[in-house]
Amino acid sequence: MIELYQERESLLHKMNARVKIFFTLVFILCVNLLPSRSWPAYILFFTLLASFFILSQLSIRTILLRSLISLPFILAAIPLLFTEPAPYLITLHVKSVTFTISQPGLIRFIAITIKSWLSLLAAILLTCTTRFEDLLAALRQLGLPKIFVSILSLMWRYLSLIVEEAKCLVRSRDSRSASGVNQRRPNGSLWWRAGVTGRMVGNLFLRSLDRSERVYAAMVSRGYSGEPLQVNVRQMSFQESLILIGMILFCMLIMVFSYLIH
Amino acid sequence: MIDIQDLTFNYPDGRCALEQINMQIKPGEKVALIGPNGAGKSTLLLHFNGILQGKGRVKINDLEISKKNLPSIRSLIGMVFQNPDDQLFSLTVAEDVAFGPACQGVEKELIEEKIQNALHAVQLEGYEERNPYHLSGGEKKRASIATVLSMSPEYLVLDEPTSGLDPRSRRELIALLRSLPQTLILATHDLAMVEELADRVIVLKNGRIVADGKKENILSDEKLLFENDLL
Amino acid sequence: MLTGKLFMHIPDGFLNVPVSIVLWVVSVAVIAIALRKTGKQLGEKEIPLMGILAAAIFAGQMLNFSVTGGTSGHLLGAALATILLGPWAAVLVMTSVVSIQALLFQDGGLITLGANLFNMAVVGVFVSYAILFLLKKLFKNERVGLFVGSVLAAWCSIVLASLACALELAASGTSPANIAIPAMGSIHALIGLGEALITLGAVSFVFAARKDLLLADQKMGRTSKGILIGGSMITLILAVLSPLASSHPDGLEWVAEQKGFLSVARDSFYNIIPDYVFPGISNEAAATIVAGIIGAAVVFAVALGVARTRKKSA
Repeated sequence: MIELYQERESLLHKMNARVKIFFTLVFILCVNLLPSRSWPAYILFFTLLASFFILSQLSIRTILLRSLISLPFILAAIPLLFTEPAPYLITLHVKSVTFTISQPGLIRFIAITIKSWLSLLAAILLTCTTRFEDLLAALRQLGLPKIFVSILSLMWRYLSLIVEEAKCLVRSRDSRSASGVNQRRPNGSLWWRAGVTGRMVGNLFLRSLDRSERVYAAMVSRGYSGEPLQVNVRQMSFQESLILIGMILFCMLIMVFSYLIH
Repeated sequence: MIDIQDLTFNYPDGRCALEQINMQIKPGEKVALIGPNGAGKSTLLLHFNGILQGKGRVKINDLEISKKNLPSIRSLIGMVFQNPDDQLFSLTVAEDVAFGPACQGVEKELIEEKIQNALHAVQLEGYEERNPYHLSGGEKKRASIATVLSMSPEYLVLDEPTSGLDPRSRRELIALLRSLPQTLILATHDLAMVEELADRVIVLKNGRIVADGKKENILSDEKLLFENDLL
Repeated sequence: MLTGKLFMHIPDGFLNVPVSIVLWVVSVAVIAIALRKTGKQLGEKEIPLMGILAAAIFAGQMLNFSVTGGTSGHLLGAALATILLGPWAAVLVMTSVVSIQALLFQDGGLITLGANLFNMAVVGVFVSYAILFLLKKLFKNERVGLFVGSVLAAWCSIVLASLACALELAASGTSPANIAIPAMGSIHALIGLGEALITLGAVSFVFAARKDLLLADQKMGRTSKGILIGGSMITLILAVLSPLASSHPDGLEWVAEQKGFLSVARDSFYNIIPDYVFPGISNEAAATIVAGIIGAAVVFAVALGVARTRKKSA
């Protein structure tokens, strides 16, 4: 099962999901709106997150590992180091080509990395402290159309099952993929392998289609007539609203503060 | 009473699935529908609540299968499918058990009560917030029965209820089914269960009813069972 | 696990806010239309179908398909969804998949979700539909039309989605267009081959077993003119814009203007407060140090508080 939610008895876990979602979005927005050189703001925002993480009693190690997920994407921003204008910091000569790393470029690169990482941490915090059902209910209250609630609910319910089926398919393919000793092309040609994979995917999809028909039969047998599935809603207490407003104001303050500083 | 007359059904590709089925099931009966694979047992069951509709007449408590009557019929017939994962499609057990009553239009407070009663009947009290994915095979089976019990049906129709269950879960399931008051219709290979639960047995082969009688008579007729690939 | 993964789920921080907002607006508009269209055409069967297929596509995206020696391919599934569900339902399904990947798995950011939805759920699906429709008209033999269409639709959906992604990165100033566009384009031209082959294999498998699912007229029959036009337009725009943008070192013309505008706006803010607090020490350095001290103090206090409450309850 793809368990991202970590069960804990913390203030954050108990907090209304709507508050958490709203705050996460505001947080990420504020972080992304900061000017590149807002070092104090980055520190303060990080402090906020770190405090929440401690409050949530989540395992720090898992969080840090998960936050490395988007690291490869940083490659996309590397050209920035070389293409921004003067002042230049480092000049490299490789064969006949000259690379110059400029200060603005470096700052922008670091800024993107920090902003990306902070946004990621905020999202991870949300996921690890909120159950999927609560997230879905909160999204519904925030305006998510009913049909999406149904689709997402069913998708989540059957995701683990289908992933298991897929793993079985991969396992059975692998156990039949022993390469012969004298083969020139181990494991068959690329074309053939892609075809096998494609058929596996087709198999998976076909089974899913069959399953959807059976689930439909089960739903209809219990009186389903097309109305999307219901979810339980949770009211937001006055306290929680206050906390949310407080947090938002805090973020905006930091943001305004950074703009003024520069 | 379930009243089926001259029911004939063909698959989309033209093959004959059911031919001239005639049967009547009175309230309170415990009927076992047995037959080899491909005999049409599951197909027949799907006609009880109108998921499949063939030629001929199917009446449940004097209601004919028609668009108008389907909601009522589906409240009368509790259909339990073979694979519980197909029947438990919500994120928690409570949501699944509440689904039927919610579709029936039952008020919220009453639904809570129905959930409790259904879970109690299948001995899954306390399982409300559990994720169906994490349940064991036997628990899933019982939960799927609860999802149907909460609709207060008069007839319980089960397709291969003991398939895939380990011996202990199987025993628990049989005990559970014995404790339920509803009219029971079971499609199964499990002759031992038939011996324990049913009082009437219908034998199906190639889409036709080849035998219909008291359990004792049918199950002791070895020649009949052998001819129909049941032994 | 990360090798060969589609470089298409843009994380937060890599697109600037204006670009993100524009794409959010566009995506929400398309999704709203999709909701209305499916609402009209939907039978009851469609909801379990969409939900479970979404799970299948999600699973398909999670899994590693070893295609060549070192690298592995991943499935996007937009083309496959379009083939199996028709365009509007496919938009909804892909939206569900991409949203949950962002929300729960941090595969793509939350502010950038609008852009990711645009690239994968809109461009991916629209382009697939346009190509499938075209090829169905072109070939009299339904089977050939479907198979060739699947391959082309799959490949093009990946390449064009990646071009859109590159253009967005360029417009945000994160990646210069003359590097991003060729790089993304060529990488995904290669990855797109994997998608094409896998899609073909899947379609042929489903075709052999359940032909009725693929040739059902209600999926492809009722031609959605809107999507045809949209899909063709998207393809043309991306195809024309990309080489144009790559030839300008600064990226798109208006991006250069926008950057200029932004630096002007920033400068006017900067001049509000005089540039020094202490002689010789700039505002910035002082503020950073103060923030650091505050931060450390707060974190320490929180950690202490949590530890104390845990001891009390233990």
